Amino acid sequence: MKAAVISFPGSNCDFDMLYALKGFGVDAQIVSAKHNDLTEYDAIFLPGGFSYGDYLRTGAVARFSPIMSAVTQAANNGKLIVGICNGFQILTEAGLLPGQLLTNRTPGFICDDVALSIANPNTAYTNAYGTEEIIHIPVAHAEGNYYADEETLAKIENNNRVVFRYVNNPNGSVHDIAGIMNENGNVFGMMPHPERAVDAVTGNEDGKNFFKSILSGILAGA
Amino acid sequence: MYLAKIYVTYKPSILDPQGEVIKAALKRMDYSGIEKVSQGKYFEIKLNAIDVDAATSEVESLTDALLINQNTETYRYDLSLVDEDEVVL
Repeated sequence: MKAAVISFPGSNCDFDMLYALKGFGVDAQIVSAKHNDLTEYDAIFLPGGFSYGDYLRTGAVARFSPIMSAVTQAANNGKLIVGICNGFQILTEAGLLPGQLLTNRTPGFICDDVALSIANPNTAYTNAYGTEEIIHIPVAHAEGNYYADEETLAKIENNNRVVFRYVNNPNGSVHDIAGIMNENGNVFGMMPHPERAVDAVTGNEDGKNFFKSILSGILAGA
Repeated sequence: MYLAKIYVTYKPSILDPQGEVIKAALKRMDYSGIEKVSQGKYFEIKLNAIDVDAATSEVESLTDALLINQNTETYRYDLSLVDEDEVVL
């Protein structure tokens, strides 16, 4: 499997993501947001950070960077697209995932380990976790308050597209949503950072099964 | 040349946490009559267009495309004809 980690101006988790992917033996490379071709990659990761300063709105400017037409094309071709934190915000701005990430209900930057439940264990992102498992994953955001209107929420819930939920909602997200996927299941976004929880040196390895889930899916599909 | 003054605010159904924080601060500062505070964004855009219809269409198009997120935000704007060298505040 060959993976691209997109580096936008202002991305700051691109090398964390690269480190995590390489740790699982993935042939991963950093790809600049100035590029416009992703045909050689099987999976695309949009990392955390503050793309283009997050001016205007988080992800609002990044969605118009050259790489995003290639990301959209890859998404439409069924390739795996994973957005973490700012990557999730970019995917919603681009319309590849529904809804929007708003300012936290209590404004301010939250930097913490939060408990998550596995809302849907039968996804490409969670199949290695136990159904009833509660995991702890770091969050680091000021705009993580997931919002979608009632009609959109009903659609997401009815199709089991909520992948992770907060156990103790830190930011006001509707339905405690921490991560969702698109209708086909190949585009996924979450605010917490599993790539920061894959090494014993950080004191938390709960993110490992996230990557194991993705890899088992990709390998099975190959 | 046209000048568009564009005011972006949250839709009424959306919680505006920053507005709420400002409101709470104003109350602490003894501004007891405060009913509601909402925080938005303000843009001034100078543009060339052949006539007012073209300018209107350009302003609405760019606002929908970039300035707002239609999930949560709405806007209004004023459009006026200005001199080339008029200083915009």
